[in-house]
Amino acid sequence: MSLTRAERTIIVSMWSKISTQTDVIGTETLERLFSCYPQAKTYFPHFDLHTGSAQLRAHGSKVVAAVGDAVKSIDNVASALSKLSELHAYVLRVDPVNFKFLSHCLLVTLASHFPADFTADAHAAWDKFLSIVSGVLTEKYR
Amino acid sequence: MLSAEEKAAVTTLFGKVKVDEVGGEALGRLLVVYPWTQRFFESFGDLSTADAVFGNPKVKAHGKKVLDSFCEGLKQLDDLKGAFASLSELHCDKLHVDPENFKLLGNVLVVVLARRFGSEFTPELQANFQKVVTGVANALAHRYH
Repeated sequence: MSLTRAERTIIVSMWSKISTQTDVIGTETLERLFSCYPQAKTYFPHFDLHTGSAQLRAHGSKVVAAVGDAVKSIDNVASALSKLSELHAYVLRVDPVNFKFLSHCLLVTLASHFPADFTADAHAAWDKFLSIVSGVLTEKYR
Repeated sequence: MLSAEEKAAVTTLFGKVKVDEVGGEALGRLLVVYPWTQRFFESFGDLSTADAVFGNPKVKAHGKKVLDSFCEGLKQLDDLKGAFASLSELHCDKLHVDPENFKLLGNVLVVVLARRFGSEFTPELQANFQKVVTGVANALAHRYH
């Protein structure tokens, strides 16, 4: 599965808006993840996950920044996320189902913040892109 | 599944939904984002682009039908399996729809609600809706054999 030129254009252009709000988008995505899929909290026993938590905000920013790294190297996501891929495979070992949950919550957050930009084609492009990112992050699992 | 308060929150938000539009948008997005779902709609005509899908009157009509059914289900949150029993049999025996598709549509519906309600569609409200769409998807799959 690889992105068409049109899909890449959509993602890069939406990213320019997202990148001005990585804190907000990141925090909200994680809040949605932990509200809707409480099993994801099992990976963060050491975190304060309450609304307003500094850890939640910092981690949300980190996650969205990594998505941004993938966008900036959209032609070679595997190389941009190679270190993160190793981290998830050997250290974090997050069950792959959680990438689907996180991707869905990011889509919901984007739809909520960018209703006009999040057309059906944008929805398709982002769903596909996040699916590629998730694939890269789990490709060294075994 | 949901407390009385959570049910009220879901029903209140859904009461503001433009059923005519949201059904068509959800079904349309399903067909665009997950194009393999078009396999169930070969009689609908042109679904080749997003414009074709959203301009297609059969997509709008069927989307409304699906959402009307979902609305009926919302009135029976305590017995979704009962509420969707005959639809479950229909989807298995006549329509031959893989229940995985109910999950896909449920999540697309959640995205559509987020787009239309913005910040009003809080993480907590989303969590309640996720439970509802999961409940409906399970109810529709319940009679499969």
